[in-house]
Amino acid sequence: MIEARELTKRYGHKAAVSGLDFRVEPGRVTGFLGPNGAGKSTTMRMILGLDLPSSGSVTVNGRRYQGMVWPLYEIGALLDARAVHPGRSAYNHLHSLAAANGIPRSRVDVVLEQVGLTAVARKRVGGFSLGMSQRLGIAGALLGDPGILLFDEPVNGLDPDGILWIRTLMRSLAAEGRTVLVSSHLMSEMALTADHLLVIGEGRLLADMSLDELIARDATDRVEVRAVDHHRLAGELRTLGGEVTLEPDGTLLVVGVDSATIGELAAAQGHVLHQLRDVTSSLEEAYFRLTEDSVVYRAPVPA
Amino acid sequence: MNAHTVQTVPAERRYGLRARLRATARSEWVKLWSVRSAPAVLEATAVVIVVGALVLSSGYRSGWASLSASERAAFDPTYTSLRGIELAQLFVGALGVLAVTSEYGTGLIRATLAATPQRTQVLVVKGLVLGAVVWVVSTASSFGAFALGQRLFTGPMPHAALGDPGVLRAVLGGGLYLTLIVLFGTALGALSRSTPLGLAALFGVLLVLPLMVNLLPGSLADRILPYLPGEAGAQVWHVMPPSPRSLGPWQGFALFALYVVVSAGAVLRLTRRRDV
Repeated sequence: MIEARELTKRYGHKAAVSGLDFRVEPGRVTGFLGPNGAGKSTTMRMILGLDLPSSGSVTVNGRRYQGMVWPLYEIGALLDARAVHPGRSAYNHLHSLAAANGIPRSRVDVVLEQVGLTAVARKRVGGFSLGMSQRLGIAGALLGDPGILLFDEPVNGLDPDGILWIRTLMRSLAAEGRTVLVSSHLMSEMALTADHLLVIGEGRLLADMSLDELIARDATDRVEVRAVDHHRLAGELRTLGGEVTLEPDGTLLVVGVDSATIGELAAAQGHVLHQLRDVTSSLEEAYFRLTEDSVVYRAPVPA
Repeated sequence: MNAHTVQTVPAERRYGLRARLRATARSEWVKLWSVRSAPAVLEATAVVIVVGALVLSSGYRSGWASLSASERAAFDPTYTSLRGIELAQLFVGALGVLAVTSEYGTGLIRATLAATPQRTQVLVVKGLVLGAVVWVVSTASSFGAFALGQRLFTGPMPHAALGDPGVLRAVLGGGLYLTLIVLFGTALGALSRSTPLGLAALFGVLLVLPLMVNLLPGSLADRILPYLPGEAGAQVWHVMPPSPRSLGPWQGFALFALYVVVSAGAVLRLTRRRDV
């Protein structure tokens, strides 16, 4: 489990991350979502003890990362797939990391096999494609068979096969009971991978809830109506308790009255309708609205 | 649901600074030998020291007849055979700088410190591994260069034996000096965290600084020069002091060691607080 309390990072006067409170629980994929520059990578570096918080704290299994002696057995991370020495072979790169935590060499072969790099294990990583580098980075995260995994933008620059592979891997890691935190700036990707979402914008936590909750909470259903006499229809819908907005082109956006009711009303009142359409706002829209407004939505913290 | 229970570290290695140090050293050892540059630089170091002896010693041998009496009196056969060190120090120093800056340059340092959050330990062990390897290579090369050089000093030329006063110390001093140089480079690399900056600082201190001091008027240059890191440290592999103001061999070596310790101390203090 990862737990942040009032986690804050300031560079000069600018706060990259401010007052983050969250818990990342085991057994599910937690998506860490936010636009580029929202503070995701900074937060991940603070979790790993690489950047020191200006105030607040973050712990891994209840302890500060800097105090951990053999961290790779507890937490593995992929931060930047290109952060390798180009002249070193994949095998030696992993071997040096394994050696640093007393992880047996046999694990190097196991994780290379797991990510499908066995055939190129002795090749210099400078010649690897981005997809191969991502796999190598993931192999490094899996070395200690840790209960917690951190992936920073793991699908960036990958082809569809690679994306599917990573998505499947993350889901299976979570299904094994591990804690999986994966960052992305793509809502569409998270919608397919994550069970739970932490949304941040400008360094602040905007949402901490399950995917379904986020949709239910933020994605309101609307009905789009185009009628010849839209002014009269708008008035009638308002008396029914609907919330009606008139668009410049005369389209009515109705919230609170469903399309069936609107159709029946129109028939009863003799309206001529040109269009009657249900609009379900997508998760993408919900996400945009969240990050745009920077309003703090927060699910009740489980006791 | 939780088939994978929270991993715990195997009990037998949950404690123990010794196990931790050994793991860090092993990791640094693997890193050192798994890229081409380090073995190449170490080979170049050995070659430069030995070939330096060959070139300089045969040069003195063929030119001996034309040397003046005072030049002959100042001839130090041990120092002459070891002078390849003056070029080798640049290789060794760069090796130290790059051992750190290449990790920062690629971003690998994050993986390194995520695996070993004990930052000062990582740097100290990296320095110790480099220092040990450089000591072995440069000590062996110094003995080789000394033996080769003395074989070339024949006839009327003075030549040195390891039993002569100060000679064994000077030959061993070659390895000790280069060991401090690699540590100095490592410290400069960790301080600058950038290859061009680190190399500029290293070459600045070893090459440019003495030249600049030499531009100072009159005796001021003579008075300052012996206290520069390179000048001071080099006394340990000289048998005859190059100038009357030169520090003694161990005095100079101790001063250079102090420079290295101070820069390493600054680095370790900074490293604990800096973001990676």
